[in-house]
Amino acid sequence: MFSLDFLINALSLGSLYALIALGLVIVYGILKLVNFAYGELIMVGGYALFMLGNLPALPWLVMALIAVTIAMLTSYLTERVAFRPVREKSLTAILITSFAVSTLLQNAALLIVSSRSRAVQFPAIFSGSVRLGNVDIANRNILVIVTSTLLLIALTLLLKRTILGIALRAAADKFQMTRMLGVPANLIISVAFVISGLLAGVVSLFWIGRVGSVTPTIGLSPLLIAFVATVIGGMNSLEGAVVGGYLYGFLFSIISLILPQNLLDYREALMFSIVILILLFKPEGLIRGTYSGERVG
Amino acid sequence: MLAIENILVRYGSITALHDISIKVQTGELVALIGANGAGKTTTLTTVAGNLKPVTGDIQFENTSIASLSPEQIIRKGIAIVPEGREIFASLTVEENLKLGAYIRRDRSEFKRDLDETVTMFPILGERIHQQGGTLSGGEQQQLAVARALMSHPKLLMMDEPSLGLAPALVDQIFELIVKLHDSGMTILLVEQNVERTLDIVKRAYLLKNGRVEAEGAPEVIRKHVDIESVYLGSKVN
Ligand SMILES: Nc1ncnc2c1ncn2[C@@H]1O[C@H](COP(=O)(O)OP(=O)(O)OP(=O)(O)O)[C@@H](O)[C@H]1O
Ligand SMILES: [Mg+2]
Repeated sequence: MFSLDFLINALSLGSLYALIALGLVIVYGILKLVNFAYGELIMVGGYALFMLGNLPALPWLVMALIAVTIAMLTSYLTERVAFRPVREKSLTAILITSFAVSTLLQNAALLIVSSRSRAVQFPAIFSGSVRLGNVDIANRNILVIVTSTLLLIALTLLLKRTILGIALRAAADKFQMTRMLGVPANLIISVAFVISGLLAGVVSLFWIGRVGSVTPTIGLSPLLIAFVATVIGGMNSLEGAVVGGYLYGFLFSIISLILPQNLLDYREALMFSIVILILLFKPEGLIRGTYSGERVG
Repeated sequence: MLAIENILVRYGSITALHDISIKVQTGELVALIGANGAGKTTTLTTVAGNLKPVTGDIQFENTSIASLSPEQIIRKGIAIVPEGREIFASLTVEENLKLGAYIRRDRSEFKRDLDETVTMFPILGERIHQQGGTLSGGEQQQLAVARALMSHPKLLMMDEPSLGLAPALVDQIFELIVKLHDSGMTILLVEQNVERTLDIVKRAYLLKNGRVEAEGAPEVIRKHVDIESVYLGSKVN
C-alpha cells in the first residue's frame, strides 16, 4: 500500500522525532520539568557546527562530535547554573527559569552571531542518495535511521545494564526513595541533562542537515514536536516518548501523503486536531508509564 | 546508637513534630506507636534525611546527622523500609535489590548478598526477573525489607511493615522482625499493630500529636494506651 521510499521517509522522520521527544522526557521524568530551553540546545549544536565550519578543514565527523559535545556541555551547565539553585522552589519557579534560559540562549545567539540565518556546511554524503530497486533513497534518511537506532540501543543498554541507568529509571519513578538508597540527587539530575544534551546535539545535526542553515529561533519547531510526540505517547515513560515520536513521524507522513496539494498547509492543524482527540480520549497518552507525579524538592 | 533530641519538624507551616526525643541503643528493638497523624512516619523520614528538623538534633554514633542529605545518611548505616513500601514498580526485583546495594559497589559481594536474600526470601528468588509492580502486597513488603538489608545497615527503620497484609503474612513479618533482631540488627519499628508489637519489644515510645506521650517498657505503654482508649472511647492503633 505504501511505497518503499514513503516508508523510509516516514521512518526517518519518526526516528528523528523519537530522539527529540526522548531528550525532553528524560529530564521531565526526573524533575517533572518541561524544559523550554530544550530547543535551544539544538540551536547551540547548530551554531557550534556553523562556527566550526569556519575553521580550517576539520573532518566533518570531528566537527559533528564537537558540536554534540558542546550541546551536552550546555545542557549540563544550564542545570548547574540555572536549574539547581531553584530546584527546591516551586514548579512555577523552575518553569520560569527554563523560559529564561531559553530566551537567554536565543539572545546570546543574536548577539554573538546574528538574527539572520547562517548556512551550515554538510558533507556531500548528506545530500546524495542510493538507488534501491527503482526508487531513490536519500542518504540523509538512512543516516537518521541508522544513527537513531544505534543511539536508542546504546541508551537502552545504559538504562538497563548499568547501575547508573537503573538509578535513573528509579529516580524517575520515586526520586526521594532513590536518594534514601544512596543515589546522589545531583548526580542523577546531571546525568539526565547530559543525556538530554546528547540527544539534542545529535538531533541538531540532522535537523540542520535538512534545512541547511541555523537561526536563533530554530529550536522552536523541535520543541513543539517534542510536546506533540509526548502527548501522543505519554509523558510518563521513556518508551512512551519514543513510541510517540515514531507515531508522530508516521502520522505526519501519512497526512502529507494523502492530503491534496492545496490542503497541505493545513497538515499541522490536522495534526494538532489528532492530538486534541488523543488528549480527550487518552489524556495520559497511549503509553501509560509508571512514573509517579512526585517532584524533586 | 541513635539519639533524636528534641526535634521540631514542619511541613511548610504545619508543625508535625513539636518535641520528639528518642533513643535507640545498639542491638535494641524499639517500637514507635501512636494514632494516625501522631508523627511516626515524619520521625522516621526526618532521621532518613528527607526532612530537616527546625530545632533539635539527631545524633548517630555520636555525630550529628541532622543536616546530612538522604544519600549521606544511608552511607552512615541507616536504612529505611518506608511507609507504603516504595517499591520501584517498573524495575525488576533484581534491579530493586541492586539499588538497595547502591552504596556497596562490589559485584561479587552483591552476588553473595543476592544469594543470601533469596535464601531468606525464597519468593523473591522466584520473582527475580519480574517487575516490582507485579508483586503482591506481601511480596512487595518482603522486597522492601530485602532492599533495605542490601545496604548492610547498622540501624534498620521500618514503617508499618505489616500494614495491609493478610493475617498469615502479618505473622511472617513479625517473625522476620524478631529474627533480624535476634541476629543482632538494631531496629526502630513503627507499627499500628500495638498488641503484637508490645509483645516483641522491650522498649517503646507512644507518640501523640507530635510529642512523646509515654516511653518505657511494654507494660508502661499498655497502661497509657488503655487510659487513652478510655478518654477517646476508642483504641489507639
Ligand atoms: N506531606 C505532608 N504535608 C503536610 N502535612 C503532612 C505531610 N505528611 C504528614 N503531614 C502531617 O504531619 C502529621 C504527622 O503525620 P505522619 O505521617 O508522621 O503521621 P503517622 O504517625 O505516620 O500517621 P499514620 O499512622 O497515619 O501513618 C499529620 O498531622 C499529618 O497530617
Ligand atoms: Mg505513618
